[in-house]
Amino acid sequence: MNFSEVFKLSGLLCKFSPDGKYLASCVQYRLVVRDVNTLQILQLYTCLDQIQHIEWSADSLFILCAMYKRGLVQVWSLEQPEWHCRIDEGSAGLVASCWSPDGRHILNTTEFHLRITVWSLCTKSVSYIKYPKACQQGITFTRDGRYMALAERRDCKDYVSVFVCSDWQLLRHFDTDTQDLAGIEWAPNGCVLAVWDTCLEYKVLLYSLDGRLLSAYCAYEWSLGIKSVAWSPSSQFLAVGSYDGKVRILNHVTWKMITDFEHPATITNPKIVVYKEAEKSPRLALGSLAFPPPRAAAGPLASTESKYEIASVPVALQTLKPVADRANPKIGIGALAFSPDSYFLATRNDNVPNAIWIWDIQKLRLFVVLEQLSPVRSFQWDPQQPRLAICTGGSKVYLWSPAGCVSVQVPGEGEHCPLGGTLANERLSADTHHGSFGALSGT
Amino acid sequence: MLLFCVCCLIRCLRRRVAAAGLSVPLLNWPSGILALASAMGDWMTVTDPGLSSESKNISQNTSETKMSPSSLYSQQVLCSSIPLSKNVHSFFSAFCTEQNIEQSISYLDQELTTFGFPSLYEESKGKETKRELNIVAVLNCMNELLILQRKNLLAQENVETQNLKLGSDMDHLQSCYAKLKEQLETSRREMIGLQERDRQLQCKNRNLHQLLKNEKDEVQKLQNIIASRATQYNHDMKRKEREYNKLKERLHQLVMNKKDKKIAMEVLNYVGRADGKRGSWRTGKTEARNEDEMYKILLNDYEYRQKQILMENAELKKVLQQMKKEMISLLSPQKQKPRERADDGTGTVLSDVEEDAGELNRESMWDLSCETVREQLTNSIRKQWRILKSHVEKLDNQVSKVHLEGFNDEDVISRQDHEQETEKLELEIQQCKEMIKTQQQLLQQLATACDDDTTSLLRDCYLLEEKERLKEEWSLFKEQKKNFEKERRSFTEAAIRLGLERKAFEEERASWLKQQFLNMTTFDHQNSENVKLFSAFSGSSDRDNLTVHSRPQQKKPHSVSNGSPACTSKLTKSLPASPSTSDFCQTRSCVSEHSSVNVLNISPEESKPNQVGRECTNPKWSVASRPGAREGCYSGCSVTCTNSHVEKDDLP
Repeated sequence: MNFSEVFKLSGLLCKFSPDGKYLASCVQYRLVVRDVNTLQILQLYTCLDQIQHIEWSADSLFILCAMYKRGLVQVWSLEQPEWHCRIDEGSAGLVASCWSPDGRHILNTTEFHLRITVWSLCTKSVSYIKYPKACQQGITFTRDGRYMALAERRDCKDYVSVFVCSDWQLLRHFDTDTQDLAGIEWAPNGCVLAVWDTCLEYKVLLYSLDGRLLSAYCAYEWSLGIKSVAWSPSSQFLAVGSYDGKVRILNHVTWKMITDFEHPATITNPKIVVYKEAEKSPRLALGSLAFPPPRAAAGPLASTESKYEIASVPVALQTLKPVADRANPKIGIGALAFSPDSYFLATRNDNVPNAIWIWDIQKLRLFVVLEQLSPVRSFQWDPQQPRLAICTGGSKVYLWSPAGCVSVQVPGEGEHCPLGGTLANERLSADTHHGSFGALSGT
Repeated sequence: MLLFCVCCLIRCLRRRVAAAGLSVPLLNWPSGILALASAMGDWMTVTDPGLSSESKNISQNTSETKMSPSSLYSQQVLCSSIPLSKNVHSFFSAFCTEQNIEQSISYLDQELTTFGFPSLYEESKGKETKRELNIVAVLNCMNELLILQRKNLLAQENVETQNLKLGSDMDHLQSCYAKLKEQLETSRREMIGLQERDRQLQCKNRNLHQLLKNEKDEVQKLQNIIASRATQYNHDMKRKEREYNKLKERLHQLVMNKKDKKIAMEVLNYVGRADGKRGSWRTGKTEARNEDEMYKILLNDYEYRQKQILMENAELKKVLQQMKKEMISLLSPQKQKPRERADDGTGTVLSDVEEDAGELNRESMWDLSCETVREQLTNSIRKQWRILKSHVEKLDNQVSKVHLEGFNDEDVISRQDHEQETEKLELEIQQCKEMIKTQQQLLQQLATACDDDTTSLLRDCYLLEEKERLKEEWSLFKEQKKNFEKERRSFTEAAIRLGLERKAFEEERASWLKQQFLNMTTFDHQNSENVKLFSAFSGSSDRDNLTVHSRPQQKKPHSVSNGSPACTSKLTKSLPASPSTSDFCQTRSCVSEHSSVNVLNISPEESKPNQVGRECTNPKWSVASRPGAREGCYSGCSVTCTNSHVEKDDLP
């Protein structure tokens, strides 16, 4: 694995362009765009204030920089560096900004979720959408970029509006049978919309594009419900992670549960491979001891190397006892993601924070468990191949693939540690088969 | 005659009496006999109180009604247990004396008649005449009495044994009774304990029931509370939301409706749409178009899914068909058998199957919609499945039968053969293992014989490379050894030559001396000079010879024995290993200084390939270590670590 030199970064703002050719990163109020191959700076834009959010347009031609404090959005073009666009939301304020899938419209959410303003870069037209709901995931676009579903709240009832993205015309508007809708998500094929209720109630509703209710699923009552939802890339499965520490897989034909994946704290099945991260004490070479010890050696965190060992079953994983009397208890499936070929599902159980479970979807059973030394912050699949990148907030990046897993020390200063990661699309040129990995510094 | 008869009887009686334990002198009869008879009668009454109550009553009656000396006496006897052992004479004298014979006889007669014996007196012919004592009757009576006595004795014995038996039975029963009583007591106690426990448990149960009820109530209460709270919460939420909405509305009016100058977008120039089209106005038409498109998308999706399902169905049908075909083919050779056995019942089914198979084998059947074929298909499959199942079961039965019969068949490998084979194989494995072990040991010895320091290093993972290098060294060393051998041979040859030369020289000198001597006799003044010259010459030649001889002999073994461990140890220790080669060169040059020139010519040529080989191995190491250093994997690290170790060793 090769590493570039360390780039300065602020606010963990670092994004690969959707076509995988460019890398945008922010340093205070400056936006730097680099070429992924050469890592040379292509463009350098200066914004009006400290950037809080950046987003590439889907065609990788524009970058949006949001400055929420000022209620400002600035858009830059990669083709024409002199082109600029500034959107001021004025006194209404700004809490969220995103691109429409065509890359020519910007959706700004005002403060208090009063409305969503749709600014067009093509025409002078401005559209407003009232009553957007402030929730976990209130806006979702279909993968082909044709339709947008938006969660709304009017008169203490939840509604979903489906818009046509090309002219922002309302296509369907229907109320959902939810108490307090928490999120919506289109299936990758763009024909089914999954709607789930707040964590107080376990409820998943599946709507067709034309607003018909296809199915409703409820696993249990009177307990904390859904924590995370993910569609498989083939639209065949809907994985629902809940507070009871289970992932339930629904199928796309009957919308019934096929199987549920429990996350036990002890693994007894000898078929399951358990990779355990083990610390390796650094071997001090006598000859290489320099008198003022180098900085890397001074920090104990940076100097320890780690490797994976295959633990023999039964393995007891470290569990966290959740605090019962607090809101948002650390239990349940907090994160789950399908691999791009939808063969694998990676999950994290929040009361076993050090472990990642990887499930074989073809056989519908547990495949691999990775146990890290520290809690898993985030994980992401390689968009091109079944490969999972994991980071735990230390100075290491962990990669898993069906062939095995590896722990990689990220070179850099002692205080440098990755907090989140983004995997770029693999470039189409065949010279390298590795997707680039951006490690974000916490400094 | 009569006398004789009496005598006989008496003897007989005596014998019986003796047998009965009475030592009555019967000779002085009749008094003796009488005494005996009375004793017998008394004794009978005394010892048999419970034999027959009738007789006892009778005897008592008689003894009481008729006050007689014998009755008195019998009273006496009753008091003094068994008086028979006492003085019999005095006893008899007390009952029957010379004076009261008549009375005694009459008394006895009376007594006996009351007991039902015949009278002791002869039948009186006349009333007045005195009745005569009938001896025969007496003796008969006596005999009767004795028999009676014996019977009584036997009965007594029986009774006694019975008594004993009954007594022991009684004891046994008593003990049993005691035991049972105890048992009863303990069980009663146990029962009480159990009852107590039962009571306690019931009490507990009642408490638990109460608790459960309380808990249930509590749960109910809590549920109610939860429900009420939920409703309250929802109500509150709604209220709050409404307020919030009102506020939002207000805010919206305040913020949005007022012409906010700030809300604006500055664009240098508008960009074209991504699809290159121009935006269109929103009209009813576009709406309809949007709807159309949506339904198109949905339809496409459904069509796609239907296609997929159709494909899946077709595949499944194919599989089904294949399965069916295989089933039929599997079952057809077996068809004849059940046919032969008409009572099997499967024959009819099979014929059905055949018909079905004939029908269904037409490919068109499979393309028909499911509804029409479904029943036929499932039925036929079911039938075949049943047949297959029965067949498999039959096979299973056969297999189990075969199992029962055992593996005596010839085509099955016997267990003994198997075991022998495995034993043989195991032995082979053992041998192989041993061989490997010895080989390893030899290798170890080869590697460790040189230096102790190497053992620690040998444990490291690069033993193989070491071995390789050692092998190389070994070949080199062998070559050198060959060279040495050659040198030695040349040396010995040289030595032999020298010896020969010396001999010749000696001879020459001898001849020369002889000549000198002959000359000396003639030239006396030259003599002293010659002697000096001779001594000096001979000494120098000796020394020369010595050095020539000893040097190679000393050097060779020294260099061989010293050089090899030094070089091998150094090689194992250090990777560059240049000192070892230099050592070799030195030793060789050392040797070759004193040896012929041609050896010197060889040595540089030899050392060259050696160095080349070293240069080859060194880059290999660096190549191996580079990826390790880059990736940070531990194999690379171990390499670098061992490298550093080596360096450390070299430092001192």
